[in-house]
Amino acid sequence: MELLPTIWFIAIGLLWIGYLLLEGFDLGVGMHMLVSGRTEGQRRVMLNTIGPVWDGNEVWLLTAGAATFAAFPFWYASLFSTLYIPLVLVLLGLIFRAVGIEYRGKGNSQRWLTFWTWAIGLGSFVTAFGIGAALALTTTGLPLDENGNRVGGPFVWLTPYAVLGGLAVIGFCLVHAAVFLGLKTDGSVRERSRGFVVRVAPFALLPIVVWVLAIQFTSGTIVTWAIVVVAVLAVVFGYVNARRGREGLAFIGIAAFLFAGCASIFAAVYPVVLPSTIDHAFDLTISNAASGDYTLTVMTWVTAFGLPLVLLYQGYTYWVFRKRLTETHLPEPHPVEPAVVR
Amino acid sequence: MLEPTAEKGTTVDPLEIARWQFGITTVYHFWMVPLTLGLGPVVAIFQTLWVRTGNPQYLRMTKFWGKLYLINFIMGVATGIVQEFQFGMAWSEYSRFVGDVFGAPLAMEGLLAFFFESTFLGLWIFGWDRLPKKLHLAALWIGVAGSIVSAFFIIVANSWMQHPVGVELVDGRPVLVDIFAVLTNNTALTAYSHTIFGALGVGAAFLIGIGWYHLWQRRKDGIDTVDASGRVVVGENLAVPGRDRADHGVWIKSLRIGAVVAILGFGGVALTGDLQAKLMFDQQPMKMAAAEAACQDGTSFSILAIGDVGAKDCSQVVGVLEVPGLLSFLAHGDFTTDIKGVNTLVPEYQAKYGTTTADGTTVNYVPVMAVTYWGFRLMIGFGALAAFAAVVALWLTRKGTVPRSKWIMRLALLGILAPFAANSAGWIFTEMGRQPFVVAPNPNPSGVDGVFMFTASAVSSTATAGELLFSLISLTLVYGALMVVEVTLLVKFVRGGIAGVMPPEDTPADDDTDVLAFAY
Repeated sequence: MELLPTIWFIAIGLLWIGYLLLEGFDLGVGMHMLVSGRTEGQRRVMLNTIGPVWDGNEVWLLTAGAATFAAFPFWYASLFSTLYIPLVLVLLGLIFRAVGIEYRGKGNSQRWLTFWTWAIGLGSFVTAFGIGAALALTTTGLPLDENGNRVGGPFVWLTPYAVLGGLAVIGFCLVHAAVFLGLKTDGSVRERSRGFVVRVAPFALLPIVVWVLAIQFTSGTIVTWAIVVVAVLAVVFGYVNARRGREGLAFIGIAAFLFAGCASIFAAVYPVVLPSTIDHAFDLTISNAASGDYTLTVMTWVTAFGLPLVLLYQGYTYWVFRKRLTETHLPEPHPVEPAVVR
Repeated sequence: MLEPTAEKGTTVDPLEIARWQFGITTVYHFWMVPLTLGLGPVVAIFQTLWVRTGNPQYLRMTKFWGKLYLINFIMGVATGIVQEFQFGMAWSEYSRFVGDVFGAPLAMEGLLAFFFESTFLGLWIFGWDRLPKKLHLAALWIGVAGSIVSAFFIIVANSWMQHPVGVELVDGRPVLVDIFAVLTNNTALTAYSHTIFGALGVGAAFLIGIGWYHLWQRRKDGIDTVDASGRVVVGENLAVPGRDRADHGVWIKSLRIGAVVAILGFGGVALTGDLQAKLMFDQQPMKMAAAEAACQDGTSFSILAIGDVGAKDCSQVVGVLEVPGLLSFLAHGDFTTDIKGVNTLVPEYQAKYGTTTADGTTVNYVPVMAVTYWGFRLMIGFGALAAFAAVVALWLTRKGTVPRSKWIMRLALLGILAPFAANSAGWIFTEMGRQPFVVAPNPNPSGVDGVFMFTASAVSSTATAGELLFSLISLTLVYGALMVVEVTLLVKFVRGGIAGVMPPEDTPADDDTDVLAFAY
């Protein structure tokens, strides 16, 4: 039993779940600004539900990446270099989205607003697709040789599994964000979001369900199947409550669905972190991809100290900004004119 | 610098593209970072003064400089994540080699610093009127502290590449055995303090230049005048939003505080730079020889050299102006110890680290001397220029306003660029001066001398020129466009002055309507 690498496998799984849970609705809100927002007022309400928290949420991605580098450098190196093209697109998406969120409200012209709405929306779609593809591929495999290097060209990653994973995360983000918007807003955005969940959720969540089941059919155990059952119950619970307009319970349902769904995937692939589709002898596992015990011990202490604090103060932020937003809460945008005598 | 091999001579070498990409994205990222590091504490001090004194001038200063801080901050965030991903994407061999030690400070940065920074700045941005005043102030301080701690972990990671400590070689790969040695690496402690002082200089130049512009604009618009005795008569023009009497104090205080911060910052930069140089003569003698374009052993510091300092055989470098003994003083504190030149060092390096890389390419141990020689001098030159400008600014504004000269105002604005240039030049020097190593060997008697890696061996072996060109071109274009957007927004909010960040009709939100103090 390799205790430390196992702990770190679980830790990285939790970091990814934390990321999808939190930035999942940030990305989905960005998509909904394009998909569901009809008026400038609605788009602003949507954007401001994530305003105080999105940047802190994005750090989960940065930390998941860095923790993978620290704990499983061979996993990090093989995955990131093989997925070069999709990760460039993720980076471009994240850049446009981040800058868009901060800069959109700092101009008034219609062109300015429209440009940044598209930057945020498309940036969110591209990011979600790329992250989903990467996560799906690290659970289903990439063509790696005995050194963990890619065999094949820059687009060898573009498989049905990559597309499935990309669509899975996009679909999840859209539903998750609609539940979130229903919980965090009032008025027309709340109504539209509830309608979206009721009408679209059964279809939008299909790809993620297919991904979960595909993993189970290849490497599932009795335990992981049990977790899948929990995931299914959670999503049904969430959906039923969304229909009844119980937004808090709906959010708990979809969050539990994500948690259990991801847990079933991670538990099923353990101890492999990145399978090779060429030969399973080349699989990267928690044993051959991990850092030494000393490094993992140091990182365990850092995480045991740091992560509970993060949960505490991020939780506090959500509590401070717990009120539902409506268009009447938003200050009028005002033009910024040079302070000069004309 | 690596010679392109004969086979690769006709095509684009992925290594060169990956290096250009890392250089461009890092230098760019490090335009936003020092401004964030330098402006953050200043904004936090302004808000502290406001909370403690209740003087609305300090509130205005907090809001104005805070707005510029955030416009810039987001660009640092957006470009920072590229850096972390890039190691795995383009430098996977490097990531495998150093993973046991290099990933840890990056993960610590996320868990112990960047989470604080991002979460608490979010609280600060949206927390006006919503959090109790002192808690709101604390949020800013925690966010700013997060950014300063974040810089520490990143410099720790970088310094390990300059001076690898705390590891043992196991099967040819460094394995971490002492995290405290990595965190207290003397290279890191000096580089970190040097970086923080340099960043304060960047923030301060912002305060000086922009404060200057507003004081000049007030004089140009006839709001402030100077009487016969040379004293400023502060006026107001209520037709222009924001131009009341208190507005004058906002700018003169910002400017003069900026000048003091700049002088302190550059003093710190000089002291820590001297410590860094002394370490570097020990740890990376070739880098310092290249900084001097010093081919022969000697004691002189070159102020100016002509000829092709990049020439490989050193034959064309002609020292024009040299200060005897100064180089020895910089390195060892005396005036007579010879400092080894390139011609002495190359055989030493060849004997220790071989003449070829693993794939048989000949190693050239001499960094690009044109870059190191001029990078070193531009860093010092621009830094000194900015420090001198701060002293002049303090003197010229001693009576409470700025001269009417449009040209001096333009110089003050242009002066904002000087510390940025000094920062970039310094980093380009120190990173290019480390070549051909990505992880430089540690030749100290106590060091693990076998831990080193050539840059040529670090690049992802699978990365194709096409992939790298795609990312290099797309990132460069996007970065270029966003630079235009950021500067445009900064200029807009600078010209808008106080009214732009605190509209006059902005009354405290009453509880019935509960309008947010700030929203995107």
